[in-house]
Amino acid sequence: MSLEASIVLAGVGGQGTLIAGKLLGILAMKMGLDVKVSEVHGMSQRGGSVITYVKIAPQVHSPIIEEGTADFILSFEQVEAVRWASLLKKGGVMIVNSQQIESLPVLMGQTEYPDNVIDALKDAADPEAKIVEIDALSLALETGTSKAVNIVMLGALSNYLGVDEALWKESIEEAFSAKPKTIPGNLSAFEKGRSNG
Amino acid sequence: MKEIMLGNEAVARGAYEAGVKFVSSYPGTPSTEITETIAKYPEVACEWAPNEKVGAEAAIGCSIRGGRAMTCMKHVGMNVCADPLFTVSYSGVNAGLVFCVADDPGMHSSQNEQDSRNYARASKVPMFEPSDSEECKAYTKYAFEFSEKYDTPVIIRLHTRVSHSRSIVTTSDPEPITIKEYIKDSRKYVMMPANAIGKHVVVEDRTRKIIDDSDSDLNVGLHKIEMNDTSLGIITAGASYQYVKDALPNASVLKLGMVWPIPEKTIKEFASKVDRLVIVEELDPFLETEIKALGVACEGKSLFTLLGEYSARLIRSVLSNEALPESSIDTSKLPTAPGRPPVLCAGCPHKGLFLALHRLNVNVTGDIGCYTLGALPPMQAVDTVICMGASVGMAHGFDKATDGEASRNTVGVIGDSTFLHSGITNLMNAVYNGSSMTLIILDNSITGMTGHQQNPSTGKNIRLEAAPAVSLELLCESVGVSKEAIRVVDPVETYECEKIVKEELARDAVSVIIARRPCALIPTGRAVKGINVGVDYEKCKKCGACGRIMCPALIMGKDRMPVVDTETCNNCGLCVNVCKFGALSKGE
Repeated sequence: MSLEASIVLAGVGGQGTLIAGKLLGILAMKMGLDVKVSEVHGMSQRGGSVITYVKIAPQVHSPIIEEGTADFILSFEQVEAVRWASLLKKGGVMIVNSQQIESLPVLMGQTEYPDNVIDALKDAADPEAKIVEIDALSLALETGTSKAVNIVMLGALSNYLGVDEALWKESIEEAFSAKPKTIPGNLSAFEKGRSNG
Repeated sequence: MKEIMLGNEAVARGAYEAGVKFVSSYPGTPSTEITETIAKYPEVACEWAPNEKVGAEAAIGCSIRGGRAMTCMKHVGMNVCADPLFTVSYSGVNAGLVFCVADDPGMHSSQNEQDSRNYARASKVPMFEPSDSEECKAYTKYAFEFSEKYDTPVIIRLHTRVSHSRSIVTTSDPEPITIKEYIKDSRKYVMMPANAIGKHVVVEDRTRKIIDDSDSDLNVGLHKIEMNDTSLGIITAGASYQYVKDALPNASVLKLGMVWPIPEKTIKEFASKVDRLVIVEELDPFLETEIKALGVACEGKSLFTLLGEYSARLIRSVLSNEALPESSIDTSKLPTAPGRPPVLCAGCPHKGLFLALHRLNVNVTGDIGCYTLGALPPMQAVDTVICMGASVGMAHGFDKATDGEASRNTVGVIGDSTFLHSGITNLMNAVYNGSSMTLIILDNSITGMTGHQQNPSTGKNIRLEAAPAVSLELLCESVGVSKEAIRVVDPVETYECEKIVKEELARDAVSVIIARRPCALIPTGRAVKGINVGVDYEKCKKCGACGRIMCPALIMGKDRMPVVDTETCNNCGLCVNVCKFGALSKGE
């Protein structure tokens, strides 16, 4: 099976974007493809916005996803979708978690969290692009933990990647092999994302 | 076996497969995970050193005694260990010796954007530059062999995008760790003038030989030529190579795996086969200068910026006629995304001390670490940040500039790890030279910003085994700070901090205030889950005092009354301390 996909995972520190990136890396390896997952550590972890790039192809060079080149953007938070929207390529798919995480300037009343972000994204997108909204936090909470937001998001993505469901599940089992107790919950989170995304 | 690894993990794997005996480093983004990964190989001796010079010298000792050794650092760490680097270049090695340095173009988490390749040329130490995780492993492994073959240390130069990208690595079994015989040889290892004069000749001959060997065998795959369309030839290395491959798939490329010294004949031959030669390299015109010095005509910084990170898009915009990719989203139609500036964490106890400094409106010479964030709102309490340890020296400099007057309203602020890194010598100097400065050591019992590494004051080593702990009080006393001028305070008690700072500013001698409370993110600093600050809405007068501390766990409701986020509240009690109406209370 072959696949070429540039996937942006955008979120806020603590939302599990790094783990989602690692899991996509495992998936690509299982498919015998080349993959690069790029992350930035350090200052960005202090409540900042966090971005991870995943590039899967027979051969990957640059680990960076640039303006107009992302096949998929998985935004774990509404405002982060706005921040990274320019990366989406013509005909790309953006999956947005409807969760809102207010940053400190918003909490302190220095600036406002924008209203109707999803509608704004739909208005600003070309007709051939697709903006998908998902309430990943509620779906994750149904599995018992907000920590599963990242796997719900991957479940939604799985509808567009055309990769066997079995391979996804194997990848989830491998990614969480160090914490086997969390595997059933994560598999269920994946299913919820897949049927709602 | 194939595994997906961070570039940093792959460097560690390469060293492990080469049979490295010992790794000693000081943490620094983006290099930290190399040494953390080494710590997971129990057969390798591995440690956090208090600074990069100490780490390098320990590694040099191991190499000369016969064990393969490595030291890792971020770019500015190379400044700290430059002294041993320049002279071990002369003495050479016994077992393989590798310096690993990670640059940070774009300054994702650094105070400057220096190009460490300049160190290779200046110290005459060969430098390898991998472009992905597979090369990180292969080059590091080969660096040990190369080091022994040419009797030289080797520098591996990394880059944020290489260190912090995961890609596929083929692993193999490690070579056994062997310790070579140590033979006393003062002409080789005692770098006094009579010996060093002879060794300089050896160094120049060595460099010549490395260049000649590189030309004859492309140094065992370090350099790679990809001939394509010859109208455009690119010479590049490291992360830039990856951007070039995406941007210009048809161009001919000479990818250098060793960026100093460069293979002269190979470059001249490549140049002769292409119509136009362009050097693509981030930061300084390092390769360009070297190549021009060979008499080879090329372009480089006349086309590309000296600043920041490059990208395929940037390279395409300069060297290709193809249209640049466009986004499918018209961003002009989108609302503005509020920023997410980095903040001191919810429950960071040291915020209380910064708030005290803010109220006192004193001058603060700051330092490198989490507390650099004390320069941001709402504290805005840090005036200067230059480098590790500078807070102490600069507070002394403020004192000297004003014959002591400035010490009435100036404090230096430094963390525990940074104080041990390079603050202590400055403190010794201040006492010795009659300063009246006040130093505040924020002791959070960990090296925080780089992701929680142990240091000599934490009582644990890199593998979290019990280790002797330096007492900061006794250390300060031993360099001559008087006992009564060493004060310990809980930074959460922000008003007590204010009082003590005032008292010590008035003292006509060096004083040290140790603000002690563990980082809120480590086990000893974390509150019990489920125990949070509570709000009594009957007592709240909506004065906003608690909001002004800007704790991420304290959300201002629409009615201007605080709401505690029980997920992130660490029950530190700073908000309780600033509430004058008793509306907030610590959970029990």
